[in-house]
Amino acid sequence: MLKGIPVSEGIGIGRAYIIKKTQSDYENKPVENKESEKTRLQKAIQTFCEKNEELAKRMENSSVAKEAEIIRGHAVMLNDPFMISQMEENVDTGMCAEAACESVLNMFKEIFLSAEDELTRQRAADIEDIKSRLLAIMTGTESNLLSELPDNTILVAEELTPSMTAEIDKDKVCGIITEKGGKTSHSAILARAMGIPAVLSVPNVLSKLVDGLDVIIDGEEGVILEDPDEKEKKEYIEKLEVLIEEKQIHMAFANRKTITADGIEKSLFCNVGKLDDAVTAVEKSGEGIGLFRTEFLFMGRDSAPDEQLQFETYKKAAQLFPEGEVIVRTLDVGGDKAISYLEMEQEENPFLGFRAIRYCLHNTELFRTQLKAAVRASAFGKIAIMVPLVTQVEEIRAVRALVDTIKKELENDGTPYDANIKIGAMIETPAAGLIADILAEECDFFSIGTNDLTQYTMASDRGNSKISYLNNYFEPAVLRSIRHIIQCGNRAGISVGMCGEAAADPMMTPLLISFGLDEFSVSPGAVLKTRCNISKWSKKDADKVTETVMKCKTAAEVMKILKYSQNKYPF
Amino acid sequence: MLSKVVKIVNSQGFHMRPASTFSTAMGKYSSEIKLQVNGKDVNAKSVMHIIAAGIKFGTEVTVVCDGTDEQAALDEAVSMIESGFGEK
Repeated sequence: MLKGIPVSEGIGIGRAYIIKKTQSDYENKPVENKESEKTRLQKAIQTFCEKNEELAKRMENSSVAKEAEIIRGHAVMLNDPFMISQMEENVDTGMCAEAACESVLNMFKEIFLSAEDELTRQRAADIEDIKSRLLAIMTGTESNLLSELPDNTILVAEELTPSMTAEIDKDKVCGIITEKGGKTSHSAILARAMGIPAVLSVPNVLSKLVDGLDVIIDGEEGVILEDPDEKEKKEYIEKLEVLIEEKQIHMAFANRKTITADGIEKSLFCNVGKLDDAVTAVEKSGEGIGLFRTEFLFMGRDSAPDEQLQFETYKKAAQLFPEGEVIVRTLDVGGDKAISYLEMEQEENPFLGFRAIRYCLHNTELFRTQLKAAVRASAFGKIAIMVPLVTQVEEIRAVRALVDTIKKELENDGTPYDANIKIGAMIETPAAGLIADILAEECDFFSIGTNDLTQYTMASDRGNSKISYLNNYFEPAVLRSIRHIIQCGNRAGISVGMCGEAAADPMMTPLLISFGLDEFSVSPGAVLKTRCNISKWSKKDADKVTETVMKCKTAAEVMKILKYSQNKYPF
Repeated sequence: MLSKVVKIVNSQGFHMRPASTFSTAMGKYSSEIKLQVNGKDVNAKSVMHIIAAGIKFGTEVTVVCDGTDEQAALDEAVSMIESGFGEK
């Protein structure tokens, strides 16, 4: 049995297919005709760029469309005139084209690897990818290894390169195993995007597995079984059947109400970024929108979207959910986002800076336009307005005052709107959590953003992998904060929702039911699973588990208990 | 020879995309153009060199241009960096 980091869920039962690093051997003898050798080099680079563009185009039409930009970047890098001239200088010293390229690319790879920042270090993998493809072109050893795979293939590679992923046929591949990479590596992101079980960072897996060997991969436990015996095979086939069955059970939860085991009704909404996602949310039987990120309306343009465009978008979203709410989060931008016309200043610390509601209250014209569009759309459904990054009650008051003047204007114009349009706070800062009792008196609802609440509570940057262990919503500090927020909302009689990742985590479900969360907002793909999880718990059982959990002193203890009770309670 | 000190204002720093647009723009000039960062010289016409330098947000960079079209080269280089390559 081999172990690695589980990065993409699921079980794959199949045969190993080893992707050896393309060894493009060449004879490194001094070249006679240097000019023709340079021509050969230039031709190879040209061929590389042509093939690269084909690959990028193919990726654009697949589930890994976002990665096409990475592939295009490879051509830009290889076309560096300075680097090409270094390669040509190498040829002038008598090296063959292959050696000339390899030595220059290796040099850059070393430089990138020794860089301080992670982004630059990651580029080393791109250089390696460029190098092996370029050498293969020169030596004529190119192969479309991945294009004609047998069914039930489990790919085994040192690392999944961007160019490999363009060629993977996800109907044939049932597992991915690599020697390198972690949860946030290219390989992991791509595996999840394709929905293929994957286990990464398995030490020396290339030398431990051979082509054609029977292999089982468990993408949840991070386990790989080599040449499993009949008993093991049977066990995993059963496990796989359970997974498939689970999927079917989840299907049975489509188009149903969301109810706990003892009949308490909950709202199950979706987090969406675009109107398309809202359509998917309807298809997956989401009951409303718990978080409509409006940033996308502002991105990729030269000026802010006008009222009409915003109105049309919010109206369409509202019409998609005749029964459920559509909670529009007002513009949540900061110095970390690239929207040029907003003229946000660069800040040392954008996450603690002039962003979200802070920015909007200083740019009232922009903000009024958005609010007016949302209020107008409220005539066509249950629109609610959610204010991001609240830290003071004054912010809610300011939004309410703006909305009141907008209502008067609309009244005077005879434009319809919902007079009872709700205004709520996104609770994602420790400050908002601590004054949740005060905010609850002036808000119509709360929605807890667990991702930022965790990052701010634990004072740990979400993007920094060195401290990712702190970014854990099972930390007692975060759980206490969540409990306090929900209790304050419940006491004031307002609805409390959650729109962070935690809302869809089955281990969180008993805690959230026990605390008294009213609304769960999850990604459209997680609706059925979450509805099923909620149906498993009664308030009484959830209370019992929660009581024990809230006595724990560490996140590790919390998770141990929740994991145990999850297995114990699938009634 | 002309030079000017500028600060990197786009939050992601001189990563792949800015490095590629910048080096392509600098490639038009016949002057020798380099960026001096933390005591190192970086060839401004080479996307690979720029990425390798890992120039982060907030870093001060001296743009040095030397050649017949040095003024035009310096002007464009400075304005590109100051504008944050359109991404800020």
